[in-house]
Amino acid sequence: MTFPWLTFLGLLPILGGLLLLLPMGKGAARLLGLGFALATLAVGLGVAGLYAAGADLAVQVPWIRAFGAWWALDVDGMGLAMVLMTVVLTPLVMLAEWQPPAGRWSAQVFFALVLMLQGLSLFVFMANDVVLFYLFFEATLIPTYFLIVGFGGPRRRYAAVKFLLFSLAGGLIMLASVVGLFAISASQGAPSYLVADLAQLSIDGHVGRWLMVGFLIAFIIKAPMVPLHTWLPDAAEHSTPGTATLLVGVLDKIGTFGMIKFCLGLFPEASLWATPFMVWFAVVSILWGAFGAIGSRNLMRLVAYTSVSHFGFMVLGIYAFTQASLSGSIFYMLNHGFSTAAMFLVVGYLAKRRGSYDIEAFGGVQKVAPVAAGLLLVSGLSALSLPGMSTFVSEFMVITGTWSRYPVVTAVSMIGVVLAAVYVLRMYQRTMTGPVTDATATHFTGRDLTGLERAIMVPILGVLLFLGFVPAPAAQLVEPTAQAILAHVGVTDPAPVVKGAK
Amino acid sequence: MSSNLMLLEMAAPVLEWRALAPVLLLFGAACLGILVEAVLPRAYRFLAQLVLVAVSVVFAMAFLVLNVLSAYGGPVAMGSLMLDGPTYFMWAALLVFGALALMVFSERRLNGGATAFAASAASVPGSRDEAEASAARHEHTEVYPLVLFALAGMMVFLASSDLLVMFVALEVFSLPLYLLSGMARRRRLLSQEAALKYFLLGAFSSAFFLFGTAMLFVVTGALDLHAIHDAVAGTTTERGLVFIGLALLSVGLLFKVGIVPFHSWTPDVYMGAPTPVTGFMAIATKLAAVGATMRVFYVALDGERWTWQPLLAILAVLTMVIGVVGALTQADIKRLLAYSSIAHAGFILTAIVGASQIVPAGQATSAASVMFYLVAYGFATIGAFALVTMVRNAAGEENGLEAWAGLGRKNPWVAGLFSLFMLSFAGIPLTGGFIGKWAVFTAAWRGGYWWLVVVAVLVSIVAAYLYLRVIAVMFAAEPAQGTFVGHASGWTWVPVAIGAVATVWMGLLPDQVMQWAAMAGGFLR
Repeated sequence: MTFPWLTFLGLLPILGGLLLLLPMGKGAARLLGLGFALATLAVGLGVAGLYAAGADLAVQVPWIRAFGAWWALDVDGMGLAMVLMTVVLTPLVMLAEWQPPAGRWSAQVFFALVLMLQGLSLFVFMANDVVLFYLFFEATLIPTYFLIVGFGGPRRRYAAVKFLLFSLAGGLIMLASVVGLFAISASQGAPSYLVADLAQLSIDGHVGRWLMVGFLIAFIIKAPMVPLHTWLPDAAEHSTPGTATLLVGVLDKIGTFGMIKFCLGLFPEASLWATPFMVWFAVVSILWGAFGAIGSRNLMRLVAYTSVSHFGFMVLGIYAFTQASLSGSIFYMLNHGFSTAAMFLVVGYLAKRRGSYDIEAFGGVQKVAPVAAGLLLVSGLSALSLPGMSTFVSEFMVITGTWSRYPVVTAVSMIGVVLAAVYVLRMYQRTMTGPVTDATATHFTGRDLTGLERAIMVPILGVLLFLGFVPAPAAQLVEPTAQAILAHVGVTDPAPVVKGAK
Repeated sequence: MSSNLMLLEMAAPVLEWRALAPVLLLFGAACLGILVEAVLPRAYRFLAQLVLVAVSVVFAMAFLVLNVLSAYGGPVAMGSLMLDGPTYFMWAALLVFGALALMVFSERRLNGGATAFAASAASVPGSRDEAEASAARHEHTEVYPLVLFALAGMMVFLASSDLLVMFVALEVFSLPLYLLSGMARRRRLLSQEAALKYFLLGAFSSAFFLFGTAMLFVVTGALDLHAIHDAVAGTTTERGLVFIGLALLSVGLLFKVGIVPFHSWTPDVYMGAPTPVTGFMAIATKLAAVGATMRVFYVALDGERWTWQPLLAILAVLTMVIGVVGALTQADIKRLLAYSSIAHAGFILTAIVGASQIVPAGQATSAASVMFYLVAYGFATIGAFALVTMVRNAAGEENGLEAWAGLGRKNPWVAGLFSLFMLSFAGIPLTGGFIGKWAVFTAAWRGGYWWLVVVAVLVSIVAAYLYLRVIAVMFAAEPAQGTFVGHASGWTWVPVAIGAVATVWMGLLPDQVMQWAAMAGGFLR
């Protein structure tokens, strides 16, 4: 038997997190935590290498025999993209949060929770069994809850409970569908929760629709879509930038990831049935999120709302069911993780100096702290999908792909692209440009970003720029997943309306 | 006339000693324990009782395993008990939980050298007798034989295939519990009130049970569950009486399980009883009562399932909703856990309603799912109540929820472990509670009750909030003044540790326990 790389990849950070719960010195704890995160990064890259070399990484061991549940892990292109995003972002978050806010829990606990969260999320992205997926999907909530409640802002208790209740509500509704899947699987022979086995059942009709809705509600809450998004701005506003990065950048991806892998993968017919609804739902999210961002007075809230808008684009791409839009959506998921991380972390640097996340509290920062301002601008430009950034490529793929099927919807959603420029540039203008305010002068003069802070931004922005100019590797990674899903659903791209001149 | 003849020809009972050994050992040890109280001087009683408990439980378990391994089963004691898979599984669970609970009974360090029980339960609260007994450091070591009687009674109760034997067993395990409930060292009036309430309502429900037995006897002419099943299947004329008997019998059983509308004793008794006793009752009574309920409904009344399934489904909904909503408003941790136990009874009932009894080999029946749920719930319950005894103020145990505020900072271990048990109650993954919940819901859905699963899931959302509130109080609130975490000895910590390990183990690798439950299969008729 070959070495179970995927199991090892997920277990390594969890073991590290548990180890960090033991009493030890503060300095040692942080170094140990970072060590585990870097080791996980190395294993993650190794797994990517093995995948590229065509190795069979799948693990499949009976787990609960009475219910046909398996310890089944595997990665496809989409899964690997998410895994890589997670392993790269985690050590960066640790470095950015080297000094957690004063008056909260210790750095040691923060590092332990981050590691556990990382391990659980990795298992979520690798699980190939519905119950296993559900198990880790729900388990991620616990460390996240403690990350918010232990380290967040003044209203952290409220935000944490709100986050947990929304997520649990979605998760438990999904549990009903998971239970229903067992009944169907058992009635057609030996019960199995393997995604591959369930996908062959072709659960159609009313039953399929209801079960799919159960999954979909959970994912809609997770990848927050209007009107079930309200927990996200609160959770982001009252957590630390590092937590917000993991929450929005990594955990919320489970929503769109789940839509593709489980809604489309297990219930193709029901997913097609839900398409008209989901498409308009996505458009509402795009616009609502953009307006929410424009109206935000708090930088963390603003970034959270931009994400609501971006998740709208991803969902739109998924439910447009074209090769370009679906690949674009998966690519978007990857880019959004880095783009959001850039935004949250830079905002965190600014707030650490100013002591406030309010837009009103800033003004003219660019003149005294040019590097911070520059990085905020670049991060913001990645959020508004400027050409040259990888976010542009993915958004363009989503829009062109969707256009071929739903021109009207796409036209409406384009308003969101325009609004993105408004909220990013307006935010930049109000905080960074203009005359240097007294507060800015006191808090920022001579306190531009440190070497470490700049170094953290290098890989994040590097990925965004590299994939912006050379998107081919990422596109090649995600395209097979998109093709397989579309083939499974049984949809082909619409024929071009206007034939090119020959 | 024929019955007269039978009485005359009554032969000496034939007992299968080896099969009955687990029960007989406990009964024997309990009787010896009474003698110990009468004969030995005070100083030696505690040790003697401990030895008796340890020897009887260990040997009972050994015989149990031996009988299971040699596939020894079927009707025993002239058909009054049925040794089938569920019996063995639940007997083993009862022995394990009973032993763990008895360890918590023995805790002394927490309370400055005294147990959680009154020095002299017969003295008037606040009287000179009481003060003298306390000063002399008297102890009620009778609690050990009482628990052994209760345990043995529960074992007979869930195994009996004869309604009269079942009734006698019901009384055998109830009476010691009534007594134990009234023996708290602190807040004695509350404890005595709880005991009286429990006794009165319990006696009432026993009467219902007996009356139901009589009704079924009138219709079917039998007390044997198997004979009742056959007779009910053959009866077409007196169905009214069958229903009345069925309803009355259910009252007695569901009272012990704590199903709405027969739940009202639970909060008061849980709060008033000494916390170690509450922990014991919370799992052992529930387990025995659920076992007996399943046996009666699945074996004797299987043919009438179309009649009782909808009724029980409605009761399940009521139980879940009232349990959870009731728990939301509680400010006392023991009352909160009492209402939570009602809600859990409701979740268990969903699987009983599902009644999927015949499944392909290796899969879980309704009974298997319920048994798994009970074991997962039991480990968390034992651990949670043991931790409840540790949170104290200067006067003793402090159960107000505000006393738990900020516990995460005072003692991360206690708060962390209590959170683990709360998460298991809430059914959050990586704990046994989740797997249990999932198992009972699948059983319900399989039985065609998908709408019940949907209701149960919606209730679970509220229930999750309930338990998270406790976690939030411990970790997010400012530490409470005047309360502290007492220093407990191994008598408390070992059950807590076992409960925690078992909770995580059953959440991560539930296959072994699930296989045991699945192999236990269904009830023999």
